[in-house]
Amino acid sequence: MATAEAWQRAEIGGPTKAFVIPKPDVLAAMVKRAKRPILVAGHRVVEPSEGEPYIESIIRISKAASMPVVATAHIVGEFVKRGFQPAAWMPAVDIVARLRDPSWMGLDGKGHYDLVIFAGIPYYMEWLLLSGLKHFATHLKTVALDRFYQPQASWSFSNVSLKDWNAYLETIANQLEVK
Amino acid sequence: MHSLSRKNVQVKIKELKTDIASIKDLELSFGRLISETWTEQMGPTPFPNVLDLREWDHQILQRYKPLYLPHSDVCDLCTMGKCDLTAGKKGACGIDVPTQQSRLALLTAVIGAACHTAHARHMLEHVIEKYGPRFPLDIGGLNIEVEAPITRLVCGIRPKTLSDFEEVLDYLENQLTHLTAALHTGQEASNIDFESKALHAGMLDHVSLEVGDIAQIATFGFPKADADAPLVEIGGGVVEAQKPLVLCIGHNVATAVEIVDYLKANNLFGQVEVAGLCCTAHDVARYNPNTKIIGPISWQLRFIRSGAPDVIVIDEQCVRVDSFEEAQKINAPVIVTLDKISLNLPNRTKDSPNEIVSDLVDKKIPGALILEPSKAGEVAVRTALRVAPKRQKFKNIPDMAEVIERAKKCTVCQECRRACPQDLVIPEAMKTAGEGNVNPLANLYDDCIGCGRCEHVCPVGILPHTFIVKTAEAQVKQEKYKIQAGRGAIQDTEIRNVGSPIVLGEIPGVVAFVGCSNYPKGRLDVAEMVTEFANRRFIVVTSGCAAMSSAMHKNEEGQTVYEAFSKNFEAGGVVNVGSCVANSHIAGAAIKIASIFAKRNIRANYEEIADYILNRVGAVGVAWGAYAQKAFSIGSGCWRLGVPVVVGPHGTKYYRMLLGRKENEEDWYVYDARTGDRVFVGPAPEHLFFAAETKEEAMVIIAKLCMRPNDTTKGRAIKLTNYIDLHKRLYGVLPDDIHMFVRTLADVPITMKEEVIRFLDDKKWVEGRIPDPTLLPRMIRKRKEGA
Repeated sequence: MATAEAWQRAEIGGPTKAFVIPKPDVLAAMVKRAKRPILVAGHRVVEPSEGEPYIESIIRISKAASMPVVATAHIVGEFVKRGFQPAAWMPAVDIVARLRDPSWMGLDGKGHYDLVIFAGIPYYMEWLLLSGLKHFATHLKTVALDRFYQPQASWSFSNVSLKDWNAYLETIANQLEVK
Repeated sequence: MHSLSRKNVQVKIKELKTDIASIKDLELSFGRLISETWTEQMGPTPFPNVLDLREWDHQILQRYKPLYLPHSDVCDLCTMGKCDLTAGKKGACGIDVPTQQSRLALLTAVIGAACHTAHARHMLEHVIEKYGPRFPLDIGGLNIEVEAPITRLVCGIRPKTLSDFEEVLDYLENQLTHLTAALHTGQEASNIDFESKALHAGMLDHVSLEVGDIAQIATFGFPKADADAPLVEIGGGVVEAQKPLVLCIGHNVATAVEIVDYLKANNLFGQVEVAGLCCTAHDVARYNPNTKIIGPISWQLRFIRSGAPDVIVIDEQCVRVDSFEEAQKINAPVIVTLDKISLNLPNRTKDSPNEIVSDLVDKKIPGALILEPSKAGEVAVRTALRVAPKRQKFKNIPDMAEVIERAKKCTVCQECRRACPQDLVIPEAMKTAGEGNVNPLANLYDDCIGCGRCEHVCPVGILPHTFIVKTAEAQVKQEKYKIQAGRGAIQDTEIRNVGSPIVLGEIPGVVAFVGCSNYPKGRLDVAEMVTEFANRRFIVVTSGCAAMSSAMHKNEEGQTVYEAFSKNFEAGGVVNVGSCVANSHIAGAAIKIASIFAKRNIRANYEEIADYILNRVGAVGVAWGAYAQKAFSIGSGCWRLGVPVVVGPHGTKYYRMLLGRKENEEDWYVYDARTGDRVFVGPAPEHLFFAAETKEEAMVIIAKLCMRPNDTTKGRAIKLTNYIDLHKRLYGVLPDDIHMFVRTLADVPITMKEEVIRFLDDKKWVEGRIPDPTLLPRMIRKRKEGA
């Protein structure tokens, strides 16, 4: 499988493309270094195109990093069912509209974020949302957590197999749980 | 009373001597004198120019700010480029990315509006030639007095005959030229003004839709605001395979009408099947309900490959560019009928039908361009009758054994999946098919939008789309449904009946499912949403491909939504207005509420009526599978008129949303027209253009976007009931913004009182008031002292 190429072939990136995250430990370190990270989780964390739902991994990563989660689409109840309260739920376009606004004070009113991790939003939609942030939210670093390369993010995994990616999630959670 | 039209006449008198005076070098300029019986006062903006409604646009764009989601980081529209516009960089002309994105929004809207205007122009010329310029515009008899509400609103004229539309189209063409000019390098430099121009293009688009549909309704005798418009067969399995089949594809029904006429004149109707794809199918079914509808645009490739069509007639818009290539693969001649699509085929317009038919049947030519609809209709029928026995429904789909054999070659390289806009997991299904189990492949059929991109990338020559269709063949043959033929306008009496409960909020909303079939998870989502909102006593309107998709599902009683629900424009009704151009009747209904129910002057009074609709008419457009530039321009007309539009996740590829920020309190004040006070009304409606990630999210936002500042307490309670109930069912929790929509305790739904009051207490909710809402200072009837 090719690396650092857009998963959907025609969704090529522009002159500035995402750096490839070489291994999951690097992402864990980025999250640890971030002062105000946030995680945006779309519906595919419970309804993936293939493989098992990975909402549990999202919850584990969020808890380990004390990182708030914004649930997009209709999945807030899936988090609540699992005993986890997202910091907010709102449509994906709404959270991006706020993230791109440098004067936004965040979900808790304590200030903007410095690192945004996206997971589980349909590839083509996430591509565009990340593009909006790349152009208009230069105060942010964005990360695509899913297993396909997202050229419009600041950082993204390359296209990796389902098996490898599940191992990545496990590694990230483990690393973040080490204080 | 006489009024001046826009067509100027100039009179010059060099020297005139009479008994009482002499005149030298007199020059008079005046318009065409027309008899005028419309006594409604002319409003401020007849035939508005590009900047005439700019203030209104800027006002709504201040509240609903563009969120740009660039699909390209560069501009490559001139030879100084490509220019990298990433994150604040400017191009060689000085353009930045917001301006470029808004420029593309205008470009998209102009393409769509030009398409509909050109369609309307062709239709008008055709019917004037056939029926004469003085043919009356009767689209509903005594049931329709406000027969062209958009034209009245925008242009300030009341058209009565076909020829009255000519100056309307002159105006549209003029404005579209100016808008197109603004797209050139080195023109507009403000993204907000580009957006304003895109809204202008959308408004023009709505006028063109109305002209096109009224012209065809009046002359062809389509159902005229008829709630009892007949049911029509729809689906991939509805044609009788043993009969010759003429398949019409596109949006311009002129030739399809002639096909039906020729069949009837020659006692052949019933012996030859006439079926359509996309909006020509809608419109020919409005002309004759015994014609058949195959389905939306996504059925084109699969249906042509099925080998069923004996002749394919192409008109314009949303026709697959490879339809001719595909037709050749099944040995079906193609007749193209308009200048928009000519396919390098010989122009045989001046030749005799006998010659053309012979050349097509004998394969001397693979197709022909015939610009005369009656001749094209005759040639299509006669050719179909002669080629059908020879073709024997030659297919371009392999048999099942070949599918399985070829599937064995699949290397699971993932290229088909990476080409699929839906990210369908084709490779694993193909591998399983190669092992003899075709069910996983067949299961992809419902989610497949039929684009065929997968077939151009397979390194071992597998044809995934074709194989999916083959393995789902049994399902395709079972596609037999009923759809109501497009009924056209909404009757004035219907508006009188529902105007009050809509404006007061007691009917929870009008939801229009419109647009194309680029659905994220198949067509069933649309039928499900239509059913949900009709069951909730919303008024549901459908058109275009969405109207078709709504029909392609049966409930437990075996009924489609058009059989299960009332056909009236009333609470709980499901109303198919017709093709894309019939969308004009949906916007028209909103305008008619202002005119008929509220007695507002609509004549050239766009801003006031848009303000009325934004603040009072709980209407939402839903284009769940929007793909086209036309869908964008229709949406753009809705935004300017104050009607929010929801699209599916693929709709983010329009690269720009118009979103409110509900927490920004300052954005949600209106004037109370009674007092001049500025009153907080909450985020109603919260957005103007919104892409939902899932159908569940769409259903919740649709219910929410139906709320309006003017809702009575009873109406708001009903709307909140729907919003909260849907949110709890689909999200599993209570909404987190209820306090923003409760103005007084009387707004709280009785059945939810306890939990909502508890929620309001937690949010430290403060009671507000319900104004007579307007965004326009000039609408304030009584100013406060000193104001």
